[in-house]
Amino acid sequence: MTLLSVQDLRVSFSTRRGVVEAVRGISFDLAPGQTLAVVGESGSGKSVTAYAVTGLLDRAGRIAGGKIVFKGRDITGARESELRALRGAAISMVFQNPRAALNPIRSVGRQVMDALSAHNSLSGREKREKALDLLRAVLIRDPERRFDAYPHELSGGMCQRVMIAMAMACEPALLIADEPTTGLDVTTQKTVMDLLTKLVAERDMAMILITHDLGLAAQYCANVAVMQEGVLVERAPAAQLFQRPQHPYTQRLVAASPTPRSTVQELVGEPPAPPIIRPPERPGQAPLLEVHRLTKLYDGFKAVDDVSFTLRAGESLGLVGESGSGKSTISRMVCRLIDHSAGDIVFDGQDIGDVKARDFHASRFRREIQLVFQDPHESLNPRFTAFDAIARPVTRLLGVKDGKELTGRVEEAAERCGLPRNLLGRFPHQLSGGQKARVGIARAIAVGPRLLVLDEPTAALDVSVQAVVLKLLDDLRRQDGLAFLFVSHDLNVVRMMCERTIVLRQGQVVEQGDSAAIFDAPADAYTRELLTAIPHFDPVAA
Amino acid sequence: MRALKSVGVRVGRRLVASVPALLGVVVFTFVLMRVLPGDPAVFFASGPNAGQAEIQMIREQMGLDRPVHEQLIRYFSEIGRGQLGRSMTTGQAVVADLRERLPASLELTLVALILALGAAIPLGILAALRPNSPLDHVVRFVCSMGVCVPTFVSGLLLIYVFYVVLGIAPDPTGRIDIFAASPPDITGFLLLDFAITGDWEGWRAAAGQIILPACTMALFVLAPLARMTRASMLAVLGSDFIRTARSIGLSRWKVIVVHGLRNALLPVITITGIVFSTMLGANVLVEKVFSWPGVGSYALDALLGSDYAPVQGFVLMMALAFVVVNLLIDVLYGIADPRVNVE
Repeated sequence: MTLLSVQDLRVSFSTRRGVVEAVRGISFDLAPGQTLAVVGESGSGKSVTAYAVTGLLDRAGRIAGGKIVFKGRDITGARESELRALRGAAISMVFQNPRAALNPIRSVGRQVMDALSAHNSLSGREKREKALDLLRAVLIRDPERRFDAYPHELSGGMCQRVMIAMAMACEPALLIADEPTTGLDVTTQKTVMDLLTKLVAERDMAMILITHDLGLAAQYCANVAVMQEGVLVERAPAAQLFQRPQHPYTQRLVAASPTPRSTVQELVGEPPAPPIIRPPERPGQAPLLEVHRLTKLYDGFKAVDDVSFTLRAGESLGLVGESGSGKSTISRMVCRLIDHSAGDIVFDGQDIGDVKARDFHASRFRREIQLVFQDPHESLNPRFTAFDAIARPVTRLLGVKDGKELTGRVEEAAERCGLPRNLLGRFPHQLSGGQKARVGIARAIAVGPRLLVLDEPTAALDVSVQAVVLKLLDDLRRQDGLAFLFVSHDLNVVRMMCERTIVLRQGQVVEQGDSAAIFDAPADAYTRELLTAIPHFDPVAA
Repeated sequence: MRALKSVGVRVGRRLVASVPALLGVVVFTFVLMRVLPGDPAVFFASGPNAGQAEIQMIREQMGLDRPVHEQLIRYFSEIGRGQLGRSMTTGQAVVADLRERLPASLELTLVALILALGAAIPLGILAALRPNSPLDHVVRFVCSMGVCVPTFVSGLLLIYVFYVVLGIAPDPTGRIDIFAASPPDITGFLLLDFAITGDWEGWRAAAGQIILPACTMALFVLAPLARMTRASMLAVLGSDFIRTARSIGLSRWKVIVVHGLRNALLPVITITGIVFSTMLGANVLVEKVFSWPGVGSYALDALLGSDYAPVQGFVLMMALAFVVVNLLIDVLYGIADPRVNVE
């Protein structure tokens, strides 16, 4: 008995450049109560498959071939009214980015009631009671009070629980969760996923978990299917798939995923690099960066509360913490993009905290401290070619006006970042995510900084691209003796990239020290909680 | 209660913030009127051969012989007493004139706005549901026509078709048939006054009079409203929460109206405020074509006659109307969008 059977499914999208096949003939079966993770990188067609099953493909997309059979009934190309009767009642979905997935001007209680009333005729009071029960089931504290709250008044994790309550409202047989925890903190991710899988198991529902995170797939699903460019390349029970990946793509994907033991070199399949040996410091030499009792107030709220640390030349320091921990705020203050409220920032023996953030562009230290931004897609000017983007800081900060010299510098920076010369004339929308990330890094190193502040540099990238970019950053640091201030929510990445780590929580330092020590034997309970919340597939670590 | 209080605070803050703007408007129009060529004393003297002495006397009567800043101070003290001076054309106090004419303009504008919204929102929604379909193009065409054709042309066209050719519209001469009895002056809005007194025949007559000028104005503002509705509806229909609403199996109607339209109307509210303020001031042409006794034609006549006080009074009133309308829109927006109160 199968609940859902997808046979040779093909989905195509009509775009400006003609018809594009997003899903190219995939087949799989799902039994009632079974859990299946569909993993793959962006563009692999994993989400499109889910939308095809629920009939939620957008206007441009259509099922070009194959069959979708649900409970023995062929629902391929079923009429909208038939599909509507299924949605929510038999198949429901939980989406990525829960804040945006909820109607911003409707109270969450009403939205749960909407889900109930879509397939039941209940009186107003019954609906309210059931909605409250559902909110209780997803562990929302004080549901009576939260009932009238709007999505913007709740945290991302709370919103996702509301979304789960809506998906569960009519007790469907199949739940499709599309990247349900992307963008949530690790600890929130853990509670949401634990809750989701518990509810699914209790109600004997089947679940398809769509994710890019192999660890998440391994931890919460019995079976894993791997998709690549619209094709399902491998499907196996989770443990087997990760221990003995058969398909070369799966092998690459598994290798590129950071684990508690991996090194940057391992991710891209290279031998481990020798440890960095720095010349011993002369006694009395000031560290490259000294941050002393740094504080940032927003309307009386302490976003960063009395944080001190030092960074030696060529050293890499990681700042980890969940959203609201102040890690990005610290990085911005060090970069002098925002002003601090109190404390000192001493760079190379000079207090740069005196210079207002607004005037720092004219400081001689601007070229010494450069920044690599989080989202390579958003942080490049869409009207600048890659060349312009890299050249701008060179002309502004180094005063290079001569065309030949400028071209030389830009090309050198691009080459060091592995960006082919023929791509320099392209605009950001003509580049892939990884190429844009390289442009962002090239722009930062083109002026020869001594300190690179990296704010979640790989958060928006696929794992395989992330692996390459991390390797590139690590190489640059080794070659140039750059110091890194590396901000990330991903503890595995920080462990690989940084010699020392600072764990932050609500603007305060929880723990700081050698990365190896912190990750192997965390002293603080909060650090332990963070570490255990990371989902992993590594059998050795499990 | 908490929401009410925050609305109250916002309203108060906005009112206080608008005072400097209003003062600026008063000073600016005052000075502008005096800089413009034309001497009201000459204009209002008994005849073209009035002597220099007579003109001088009128000047002194009107206080025009004093320096401008003194005149301005006198004008401010008058505003402080709730007066806006006297119109030389009508011989009445400007406040009384405006009070008499403002309801006519307001009623016309409101009816036109309701008609425009009634047509624009459904058209915008239809266009958004089938973008680039023939229907979308028809809506676009109607909107373009509405904007392209000046109101005096479309007004005359409507008069020609419905009054001259078809003969179903009453004479385009004012708010009410000259032979009909006007209702007691309760609100100044004829339609409301007739309804309150229960005089439905009179109501129909007044409605017949207002429908053509209102349609003329509605046509003119159809475009911004319909296009805005279409654009914001398209944006909303593509958003994540619409996908969520569909994923829980809500009916198409509920998805579009409850989840789509309510969100899509937020920017339309803002545009409506701007459109309303513009209509109130810019309906001079419509008022002229339909002999509508509104403030627009009153101010235009005064301006042509170098009659200072009514023009100044009109501009101040329009500025006040702008403030009030914006405030109203702000409050409405605050009620419609719970996210606003947070800021």
